[in-house]
Amino acid sequence: MALTSVLAAAQSAAPALGPVDQQHLLWARELQAMSFAFHIPLVCFGVGFPAIVLFVEGLSLRTGDPAYRALAKRWSKAMTVLFAIGVVTGTILSFELGLLWPGFTGTFGDVFGVAFGIEGTSFFIEAIFIAIYVYGWERLPPKVHLLSGVPIVVTGITGSLMVISVNGWMNHPVGFDVTPGGRVTNVRPWKALFNPNFWHEFVHMYFAAFMVAGFVVAGIYAVSWLRGDRSRYVRAALAVPLTAAALAAPVQVLVGDWNGRTVANYQPTKLAAFEGLYHSEHGAPIHVGGIYHDNKVKFGIPLPNLLSVLAKHDPNARIQGLEEVPPQDRPPVNTVRYAFQLMVGIGTLLAVLGVVFVLTWWRHGRLPRTPWFYRAVVVAGPAAVVALICGWVTTEVGRQPWIVYDVMRTKQAVTNAGGLPVVFFGMLIVYLGLAAVAVWMTRRLAARPPEAELSDTEGAPWPKPA
Amino acid sequence: MAETCLILALATLTAYVVLGGADFGGGFWDLTAGGAQRGGPLRGLLERSITPVWEANHVWLPFLLVVLWTAFPRFFGSVTSTLYIPLFGATAGIILRGTAFVLRPHATSLGQARLFGAGFAVSSVLVPFCFGAAIGGIASGRVPVGNAGGDPWSSWLNPTSITVGVLAVITGAYLAAIFLAGDAERAGEPELERATRRRALISGVVAGAVALGALAVVRSDARELYDGLTSGAGLALVIASAILGIATLVLVWTERLTVARFTAAAAVACVIAGWAAAQSPYLLPGELTLDQAAASNATLVALVIAAGAGLALVLPSLFLLYRLVLRGRLDQPYQPLDMRWRS
Ligand code: HDD
Ligand code: HEM
Ligand code: HEM
Repeated sequence: MALTSVLAAAQSAAPALGPVDQQHLLWARELQAMSFAFHIPLVCFGVGFPAIVLFVEGLSLRTGDPAYRALAKRWSKAMTVLFAIGVVTGTILSFELGLLWPGFTGTFGDVFGVAFGIEGTSFFIEAIFIAIYVYGWERLPPKVHLLSGVPIVVTGITGSLMVISVNGWMNHPVGFDVTPGGRVTNVRPWKALFNPNFWHEFVHMYFAAFMVAGFVVAGIYAVSWLRGDRSRYVRAALAVPLTAAALAAPVQVLVGDWNGRTVANYQPTKLAAFEGLYHSEHGAPIHVGGIYHDNKVKFGIPLPNLLSVLAKHDPNARIQGLEEVPPQDRPPVNTVRYAFQLMVGIGTLLAVLGVVFVLTWWRHGRLPRTPWFYRAVVVAGPAAVVALICGWVTTEVGRQPWIVYDVMRTKQAVTNAGGLPVVFFGMLIVYLGLAAVAVWMTRRLAARPPEAELSDTEGAPWPKPA
Repeated sequence: MAETCLILALATLTAYVVLGGADFGGGFWDLTAGGAQRGGPLRGLLERSITPVWEANHVWLPFLLVVLWTAFPRFFGSVTSTLYIPLFGATAGIILRGTAFVLRPHATSLGQARLFGAGFAVSSVLVPFCFGAAIGGIASGRVPVGNAGGDPWSSWLNPTSITVGVLAVITGAYLAAIFLAGDAERAGEPELERATRRRALISGVVAGAVALGALAVVRSDARELYDGLTSGAGLALVIASAILGIATLVLVWTERLTVARFTAAAAVACVIAGWAAAQSPYLLPGELTLDQAAASNATLVALVIAAGAGLALVLPSLFLLYRLVLRGRLDQPYQPLDMRWRS
């Protein structure tokens, strides 16, 4: 909207640490992106998984069925491993914000820092109760044990809430003024915290987390199902996370629409990049596929007026094109465009999958019978992860060249330190190692028969479930 | 308000050095425990002690980072851009350590366990050294204000940095030995208790010696810091930490391990406070004072409120965790580590 472009002229914060000359900006960006691409899928399990695990533990308490108990115990172990890796990758991110973007933390640290403070508190409590929960099986009375899981669910939500508030703020910076000399003054941290981008990003991310956690976990057991294992253990392990994901998927499409309209309102250039719209138009179309080249989309399948409908809920609404800002203020269109289309495409297919599942369950009270459904579930896990990363690429790359939208450019925020390519490849190796390890570990956990979870109850002061 | 935030940061740092540092120190003992068989009992004890608490102990670090960049953004930006090499080094070490430690219990063979153990142990020495070296660089005035304004190498490869780095490693080892001795006592393993107590005494003496040596190094390398440490509040705190350090040794000697935990922690707190007193009013000596570095008042107030509310939730939860641990409610059965793969 006009609002932001007017502000752009007046606000333009000067980096508090002086000018920057960094030839390796791209490496810094890629390093940041790589770290996020690793951290964010992992933490989906911190957000979405604990509720699923607690649900299964609750089932085991209600029914006394050892299969549920074995499942909850097994999953809680996987949860610790994922949490530990989430913790280390998250710590790297907190370092990176300072190490890669000192111009950003040095200039705006006081505007958004409070959010990270609240986030830190959440992870603290999460770490404490995960330890109690996981090492407290058999050692705490069953109800107390179940209760000790509740803070994990809550802090999983509040933790991600705050990071997302920071991201929302970077996309829609409010709660501070910039003096004519470029200094940041009159900081209103609470206003910054609850910026207008915060709610839709949070809700969208939260549903995304349930989709990722649900589809990935269900996908693993769908493999066993396809191999013919119909035990109650596998059935529960498949149905519970699948239900969570299947309910989230259709809603996600609606939430995504909310995201899109907010972007249309506040970041029209980003919206133009979603479609590759160069000239401002009334009744703008969406092109599926194709490539943006020479200021237009070639080889795409046009869907007339759709962009106007989605962005403004009005088929003839005017959509601002890229031409309205100078070339140096435009994001890399193709990256944003493909990422956006991939997310929306996958999101639509997953919503269909979810609806099929929910309808079958509702109409027939059973799981779908066709093996194709289970093959689709196996694919849905990785697909959801791809959609998740694509979503973040859309948001973050779409925000470029700004690190704080319309206020500070990414190139003003980057560190002056040398050696970034070396650091990048060093971290790449570290991350690849971490990925290998996470996969190896989950497979090791899965290789043990489920009954093994119950056999280490020797000496337990509480009786085994019947 | 700036003072309140500084105290918050220093308290957080102390908690991290004492609790996180002790976990790293555990890694040091893991590294030096000897062959798989000889070191098996100690490693088993260590793993049992650290497993439920290491993540909680670690979170002090991100918390500290957040307090620093919120309350003192220019300080934070200057430090991270100049000292990026040790800080990236510490980061890599943190990943390696966390991962290796989580994995070791799931190793399928003694060989694999050795590999993960080595990753855990080596990084446990690397991380405190890197952080110590970074602190040495700040304290000796080698970090100017600016985006990567200081030298990327000499800012942390200098006499003060190296001494502080070594001191950080030894202090962690000392704390770990004290905590482990207490745990061994609880586990009813007199053999191990003797072994860890011996380690505590030795490392305590070494830590004391290194600390004294550090004063000499600082005297020639960073005179202003030395003057701060040997006068006024700085001196008082240095003396207090020396007394507490000696008291701890006596307590360990006489097997009063529970009290020793607290005096050892207090000694560390005095060293950190002494450092702060020695370079006050500067955050970056000669470059940036506390007031110049402080963020706007609204932010500081918000931070104090957020952190206060946070700590009001975190501290009782931590208390609960440590109480469950100390009562043995979360204990895994004790077993020499190598035995797991032998039977
Ligand atoms: C499982 C993951 C997933 C799925 C299926 C979808 N999204 Fe999404 N999307 C995300 C995961 C995601 C995200 C969590 O990665 C993002 C990044 C920033 C955010 O708020 O959520 C995102 C961002 C994002 C944005 C950019 C918001 C901004 O820049 O502020 C838009 C416009 C959409 N989404 C729209 C959609 C639509 C219309 C979808 C359905 C058809 C959809 N998303 C499915
Ligand atoms: C706080 C929440 C934030 C989230 C969740 C987030 C998420 C992401 C994600 C997912 C990507 C792209 C990943 C990919 O390309 O695979 C990305 C890219 C990026 N982020 Fe953010 N980000 C956040 C904050 C930040 C901060 C604080 C900075 C810098 C100071 C930053 C700067 C960047 C940059 C420069 C890129 C690369 C863009 C490019 O490659 O063109 N982001 N971010
Ligand atoms: C979409 C973006 C993000 C989400 C949803 C998110 C969420 C989470 C969650 C849920 C955890 C807990 C670990 C787990 O349960 O596996 C976690 C850990 C962590 N995250 Fe993120 N995070 C995001 C981005 C970031 C960013 C940008 C930073 C850094 C500035 C960050 C810093 C951390 C830290 C430090 C931890 C470890 C906390 C601990 O030690 O317990 N995260 N994150």
